Amino acid sequence: MLLSYREALNQAMREEMRRDPRIFLIGEEVGYYQGAFKVTKGFVEEFGPQRVVDTPITEAGFTGLAIGAAMAGLRPIVELMTMNFGIVALDQIVNNAAKIRYMSGGQLSVPLVIRGPGSAAHQLGAQHSQSLEAWFCHVPGLKVIAPATPHDAKGLLKSAIRDHNPVIFIEAQLLYGTKGEVDEGEYTIPIGQADVKRQGTDVTIVAYSKMLLVALEAAEQLSREDLDVEVIDPRTLKPLDLQTIVTSVRKTGRLVIVEEGWRFCGLGAQIAESIYSAAFDYLDAPIARVTGEDVPIPYSRPLEDAAIPDVPRVVAAVKSMCGAA
Amino acid sequence: MGDMDREDLLSLYRQMLLIRRFEEKSAEMYALAKIAGFLHLYIGEEAIAVGAIAALRQDDYVISAYRDHGHCLARGSDPGKVMAELFGKATGLCQGKGGSMHLVDLPKRFMGGYAIVGGHIPLATGLAFASKYQKQDLVTVCFFGEGAVPSGQAHEAFNLAALWKLPVIFICENNRYGMGTPVQRAVALYENVAEAARSYGIAAERVDGMDVLAVRALMRNVVDQVRAGQGPYFIEAMTYRFMGHSMADPSHGHYRTKDEVEEHRKRDPLVVLKETMLSQAHCSEADFKELEREVGDVVTAAVKFADESPFPDPASLHTDVMVED
Ligand SMILES: Cc1ncc(C[n+]2csc(CCOP(=O)(O)OP(=O)(O)O)c2C)c(N)n1
Ligand SMILES: [Mg+2]
Repeated sequence: MLLSYREALNQAMREEMRRDPRIFLIGEEVGYYQGAFKVTKGFVEEFGPQRVVDTPITEAGFTGLAIGAAMAGLRPIVELMTMNFGIVALDQIVNNAAKIRYMSGGQLSVPLVIRGPGSAAHQLGAQHSQSLEAWFCHVPGLKVIAPATPHDAKGLLKSAIRDHNPVIFIEAQLLYGTKGEVDEGEYTIPIGQADVKRQGTDVTIVAYSKMLLVALEAAEQLSREDLDVEVIDPRTLKPLDLQTIVTSVRKTGRLVIVEEGWRFCGLGAQIAESIYSAAFDYLDAPIARVTGEDVPIPYSRPLEDAAIPDVPRVVAAVKSMCGAA
Repeated sequence: MGDMDREDLLSLYRQMLLIRRFEEKSAEMYALAKIAGFLHLYIGEEAIAVGAIAALRQDDYVISAYRDHGHCLARGSDPGKVMAELFGKATGLCQGKGGSMHLVDLPKRFMGGYAIVGGHIPLATGLAFASKYQKQDLVTVCFFGEGAVPSGQAHEAFNLAALWKLPVIFICENNRYGMGTPVQRAVALYENVAEAARSYGIAAERVDGMDVLAVRALMRNVVDQVRAGQGPYFIEAMTYRFMGHSMADPSHGHYRTKDEVEEHRKRDPLVVLKETMLSQAHCSEADFKELEREVGDVVTAAVKFADESPFPDPASLHTDVMVED
C-alpha cells in the first residue's frame, strides 16, 4: 500500500502498542496536539493519556524518566519534537541510557526508543536544523537508525521498539510527507542491514535519510550521461552494515559518501576509514565525501542552500571521481 | 480626567502599534513566501515588551526567546533591518544568518532571540554576572514563556541568580499556552507560576500583561531595586497569545476555542491603553488616526527596504563562524 513516511511511523507504533501494553509514548505535544508533526495522530484517542503522555518542555526530565521506566521493565518510546532538543537530554542519553547495561555488569537493560526528526527543513535556523547522528554513533551502547523510505521506516521502527537496547531513531521533517510502497501486514526489518536502493557498476554512493533521495536523483541524472551508479542506504548507522558496502565497492571500485551533517568528524569519515581498511585494494580512486558545510546552518535561503548537499554537488563529485568532470 | 502625560502615552501606544502592524505585515509576507522558517507572532503580548523595556536604560541588557520581534522593536531596533532579517537579506540585523527567532542588535543591547526553550535563561544570568563583576550598575531583563519555567535550565539559572544576587529580572510572559499545551498541563503550580522563582528566594510579583502602564509601573520599582543590588526579581506577566503558536499553527487550533480567543481579545493591550488615553489624557480619534498613518508608513518602508535589499553572497556562508585575528 502507498503510505507517507509519517503514516508508516504511525502504523509501526500503533501495531506495536496494540501488541505490547508495556510500550508507552512520551514527549511534547504527542497526545492532544497529535504530535508536532502529526506522527501520533489518533494515539491518545486509541491508547489514552496513560500510554500517550504529554510532557512539559523538559527533555532531560522526561528522557530520564523513560530510562528509569525502561530499567523497571516498561518499553518507552520517547518522541523528541526535534533531535535538536535531544541536546538538552544528552546527559541522560549518553551518561545513563548508553551505559547502564555495561556499568551494571549486564544486570540492567534499557529497552528504549528515542525518536524524532533531524536535519534541516526549510530555513528553520541554526538551532533547529542540525544533523546530529554522528554524535550518537560515537557513543558505545546506542544503536542509531535513520531510514529514508516509508517501508524502511515502518519495519525498522518496529524492530527498534522490540530491541532490548536504547535506540536513537532519526527521522527527517522533509521526509514526513514523502510517499512510498509499504508491505501489507506484519513485517520488520532487521537492525544493521543496508539496502541496495539502485543497482549499478561504475560508482557506489552511500547515502541515508533525506540524502538518499538526493543520491537517487543524482544517480538518475548520471545515468543519462552513461554513468551507472549503485546507491546504498545503510538505514542503520550503528551497527553499520559494512559488508554490503564492501561488496559494492569491490564491484565498482569507487565510493562517494553523502551526508547532510558537518564534514569534520562526520559519519562519512568513519565509513571511509572502514572501507579503506576493508577494501583498499579494490578502490580505483580516493573515497569522496559530499557533506554539509562546517558552519551553523544559516537562515537565509541562498546561504542555507549553500550549506547543504544537493544533487548538482553529488553529480559533480561522481563525475570528477570518474574523470568526467 | 485628563491628568496623564499625553506625549508619554502616545509614545507607548506608538511602540505597541508598531509591533502590531509590523507583525501583521510579517504574516502577510510569510503568506507570500518572502519570509520562511518559523515565524512566531507576539500579537496580544505587546504591552509586556513595551512596558518593561520603557523602564530600562539604553545600556541595560535585554534577551528573549524566539518570539522576539516585539522585544527587538521595543528596544528601538530599525524596523527595516528587522524586516530584512526576516526576509533573509544581507542588510538584516544578522545579515540573514539568524532569521526571525535569532534577532540580535548589539548596539541596542538586545542580546538575542533563542529557540531552545529555556536555553537562554542561563545566558541572562551570565550577562548579569558580567555587569556585577565589572561593577557596572546594569540590569538584565530576560523574557521567556511560561512553558520554559519547568525546564531544568530555568531552575538552575534561578538558583544561581538568587545565590549570587545577580541583577537580573526574569519576565515570564504567561500567555497560557506552550504550543498546544495549556499551562495547567505543563506547570505543577500553574496558578502561581512565580512560586518556581520564590522557592529559590527570588522576589516575585504578578502583573496584568495587557496593561502597559501597569507593567511599566511595576518594572520601574523592580529595576530600581535590582539596580541597587537587591538581587534578582521574577515578574509573571499575564497575557494571551492571540495568534497560533507559529505560522504553522492556526490561530485557534483544536486545543482552544474561538470563544476563548475572542474573550481575551477584548482585553487587547492596544484597546486597554487607548481607552485610558481617550478618557484620561486628552487624546482623540484623530490622534490614533495619525499614529496609524505614521506607523503604517514605517512598516511600508521597512518592507520596501527588505524587499529591495540583496540576498547575502553565498561566499558569506563561511564568515563569522569564528573570530578571525
Ligand atoms: C528545548 C526545546 N524543546 C521544545 C521546543 C519546541 N517548542 C518551541 S516553542 C514551544 C512552546 C513554548 O511555550 P512557552 O515557553 O510558553 O512560550 P510561548 O511560545 O507561549 O511564547 C515548544 C515546545 C524547543 N524550541 N526547545
Ligand atoms: Mg506560553
